[in-house]
Amino acid sequence: MTRTDTDLFIVGAGPAGMAAAVTARRHGLSVRVVDDQPAPGGQIWRAIETVAATPCAARLGAAYQAGAARAVAFRSCGAVYEPHSQVWQIEPALQAFITSSGRAKKIGAKAIILATGAQERPAPFPGWTLPGVMTVGAAQILLKTADSIPEKPVWIAGCGPLTLLYATQLLAAGGRIASLLDTTQRGRLGAALRHLPKALGRIGDLAKGLGWAVALKRAGLPTVRHVSELQAEGRQRLERLRYRCEDGRSGEVSADVLLVHEGVVPSIHMPLALGCDVTWHAGQQCFVPVLDAWGESSKQNVFVAGDGAGIGGAEAAEIRGRLAGLRVASRLGALSDAGVEQAARPERAALSRALALRPFLDALYAPRAQIFAPADATLACRCEEVTSGELRARAADGRPGMNQLKAFTRAGMGPCQGRQCAYTMAHIIAAAQQRPIADVGLFRIRPPLKPVTLGELASLDEEPAA
Amino acid sequence: MFRKLHDPGAAALTVFIDGRPVAAERGESVAAVLLRQPEGWSRTTPVSQSPRAPYCMMGVCFECLVEMDGQGSLQSCMTPVRDGMRISRQQGRRSLGA
Repeated sequence: MTRTDTDLFIVGAGPAGMAAAVTARRHGLSVRVVDDQPAPGGQIWRAIETVAATPCAARLGAAYQAGAARAVAFRSCGAVYEPHSQVWQIEPALQAFITSSGRAKKIGAKAIILATGAQERPAPFPGWTLPGVMTVGAAQILLKTADSIPEKPVWIAGCGPLTLLYATQLLAAGGRIASLLDTTQRGRLGAALRHLPKALGRIGDLAKGLGWAVALKRAGLPTVRHVSELQAEGRQRLERLRYRCEDGRSGEVSADVLLVHEGVVPSIHMPLALGCDVTWHAGQQCFVPVLDAWGESSKQNVFVAGDGAGIGGAEAAEIRGRLAGLRVASRLGALSDAGVEQAARPERAALSRALALRPFLDALYAPRAQIFAPADATLACRCEEVTSGELRARAADGRPGMNQLKAFTRAGMGPCQGRQCAYTMAHIIAAAQQRPIADVGLFRIRPPLKPVTLGELASLDEEPAA
Repeated sequence: MFRKLHDPGAAALTVFIDGRPVAAERGESVAAVLLRQPEGWSRTTPVSQSPRAPYCMMGVCFECLVEMDGQGSLQSCMTPVRDGMRISRQQGRRSLGA
């Protein structure tokens, strides 16, 4: 079996992965970056290389356009870049298996940086599997990569910066919004204001967020506040949407497309597969890898950078990428102890500034309780179509853990491998057994992390074609 | 459900969805093209045969699985269109031949 070796193997070519690659290359390391997307940029700068020169870029805003220079720096840094490649196994012996163009190969490294970013928090409600229901992030990707917007006035239900940003971008693109169903809970602003002194260090970002809200209001966007429950209905696709607010107000409307968003959570399949320790982050209501100040996990020479290390946004992601890149350079002898400390000092200060607004945002947009306690009839596992009620009933009987409940019900066994149901299931177990979710944990992650065919597996034993 | 804001011009190409020719643009994903079709759905589930459509567009939900050029259960949101590509909405379980 052929194996390609490199000093540093990076998974993900978003802000963190690109910054880590540029940093490590500057110190002379050999670097290999794999990414499952066809072009660099991650989700925030999706398709930046093709979109930058089009009218679409202006509609997407300055923060998006800033990605163009990053992609240029990354492309010219000398790292081996393999787009459209999926990592399906990664091992503590610092080797990974990937497939691209139907062929599999093995990569060995002296250090690994996982820069796999985040995914939108799964938020189950009745009818969330109907065609016509999708995430705000998905709609934004359609805007970035296909210059496409919902045909008819769209319903947007959710909270958080992405909801406001997409609504702003959609209106700039000439799209129509039926109404914004704001799921921010009553009283959260008070909780968030405790973090205001620190947040004022990011007054520019606060002003930007406020600017979106003001622009949306000025555009006459109808908004329903404190929405707590959603129900999508239709025979073969979304036809009607019902919602209910905290104070009991409710509505029933016809709908073609409903976009939902309840914040993002770190993508930690790979740290989990490697056996890296994770811990519950109460402020962000998700599990995060346990990391030192460089981003190194509990497994030596395995680093996590970017939103996969805890949600911090693109600016923090780049800094975390550079810090991890510096540490790897010093580990491999390309940088002295004094040199790495000196280089890290300004990065640490910048990271602290970049993260200053985060506790304010986490408190303001804390997910509502309904997300974690779906009604019995609601599907928790979209792939295997397992209801919350079945999980709840099984969870009460014999106190099974995540892996047992998966074996009993098939929830988490489908192609998404628990990416859409793990948190729901963990919350259902925690509630049924009156245990803290931190004790429940997530699934044991086993290979393959992404589907791989027998043909691709067999190609491991063949000599490369060229 | 979705519509494109510009005319692809020189970047236009043709793909076939369930045998029907459909306009697409170089660089976009198969899922993006599927979401512009009037049918709305892009597969039915193996468990209950209920209709599904792309949900996350970033490779984490696997709702957008379709058959492409004879191979089944592929993520259409992760696959850029190619001229002449044959796409089939996948009904239920992936067949053994695909």
